[in-house]
Amino acid sequence: MRTNVNGEWREADIWPGASLLTLLRDAFGLTGSKNACEQGECGSCSVWLDGELVCACLVLAAQAHDRQVRTVESVADGQRMSAVQDAFVEAGAVQCGFCTPGFVVAVTHLLAQDPNPNEVQVREALSGNICRCTGYAKILDAVTLAASRLREDR
Amino acid sequence: MLRLPPLRYLRPTSVEAAAEAVAEHPGAMLIAGGTDLVPNLKRRQFDAPVLVSLRGIAGFDGIQGEPGRGMVIGAGATLDQVATHPALQTAYRALAQAAGFVSTPQIRHMGTIGGNLLVDPRCNYYNQSAAWRQAVGYCLKRDGDICLVARSSPRCWAVSSSDSAPVALALGAELTLRGAEGERRGAAADLYRDDGIVYTTKRADDVIVGIHLPAAPAMTSAYWKLRRRGSFDFPVLGAAVALDWADGMVRVARGALGAAGSRPVEVSHLLTPLVGRRPDDELIAQVAEAAEKPARPLDNTDFSHYWRKRMTRVLIERALRDACGLDPLAGRLTAQTRSGQAA
Repeated sequence: MRTNVNGEWREADIWPGASLLTLLRDAFGLTGSKNACEQGECGSCSVWLDGELVCACLVLAAQAHDRQVRTVESVADGQRMSAVQDAFVEAGAVQCGFCTPGFVVAVTHLLAQDPNPNEVQVREALSGNICRCTGYAKILDAVTLAASRLREDR
Repeated sequence: MLRLPPLRYLRPTSVEAAAEAVAEHPGAMLIAGGTDLVPNLKRRQFDAPVLVSLRGIAGFDGIQGEPGRGMVIGAGATLDQVATHPALQTAYRALAQAAGFVSTPQIRHMGTIGGNLLVDPRCNYYNQSAAWRQAVGYCLKRDGDICLVARSSPRCWAVSSSDSAPVALALGAELTLRGAEGERRGAAADLYRDDGIVYTTKRADDVIVGIHLPAAPAMTSAYWKLRRRGSFDFPVLGAAVALDWADGMVRVARGALGAAGSRPVEVSHLLTPLVGRRPDDELIAQVAEAAEKPARPLDNTDFSHYWRKRMTRVLIERALRDACGLDPLAGRLTAQTRSGQAA
């Protein structure tokens, strides 16, 4: 199996029915993407596959062969967190933290496509990510905060 | 941890080779986006010793044509592509709406329109973990010998849960299928069988290649979906309508209901009172009341089936009003739900 992960081509000996999530976590040691529902419902394993937001648990490793994958590990700039990550911390949008990597990826994806989404668009864009600490209000605050900072930076 | 059963994964580079690969390997299944297939395999709802991938087939996801002459959607187009395509959003609005209502952004980026037409029918007794199904003794659809919804029934009553299927019927779409023995084209309605297990006429090796939408220079359409969470759920009811107009009058009216049986339920014959008329509030309400008759929801999805039956006329009214350019929620049947009469 040969996959480009966060800009670097990597190879692994893994059976084709393993999920992309297993490939990332167990073969490549990228444990930022979380393994929760394993059925495409919760969004904890959100990654980019060829630039599209997908659930890594539903992508077979074989389907990611020869393709570009970007994970939550690529969001920060070295030790410096991204504006989205900073906003999550400042808004108190992290409780237990298990859903957070998936949310960070989904929010990063949203704001890259639409720097100024309204609340309906934010809710729709995040409908594939579930937070069981019921922290949605603060997550929405974090999106607003990140969006305003990113707009100032332009 | 949910794991896939042992399987081989084949990567043909043409539709012909994919069809032949399925024909050659008994029990093989086609996989496109895999967003329905993979979780079902993880829960052991299918056996598939071989998966034949449709990804990577050139031209399989194209969207071509224009509304004046008709359009063709490659079956491998993702639901997101269909939902956001400008020409589809205007001339075939119900289809773009239906694709956009499926699941979540993550799933719409992977799942394809061809795959959504073929969503495995769902049931409260079937879409459960392997352990849950073992505990209740399994059901007719998988591993058991009785239907747990209707115990004396010789057939499976799993529910057609595709959002795009009723829309395909309402739009009068045709499908091209390519199997090991050649290509054929037929009405989308002919794809479906009224059975929760053998729910299509498609052979295992048939690949849906294209969805053909007829020329629609003067068509309006709408799809309304009932579900628990407005953001993310399979339909417990869907109403798709398409109206073709001439001189401000309805020329042709077609419609179909989703999640109202084991296949999408055609109601076009009950919409004929609209033809030759400029539909007003009362005509739409009357037609919607009549058009709910073929819906036979059973107690095997989310929500009570009595309520789903009572909401059928309401949803048809909303879809018809939407397609007529009227406020969808301002109709008589919706008003009755507010006063508690329909609920």
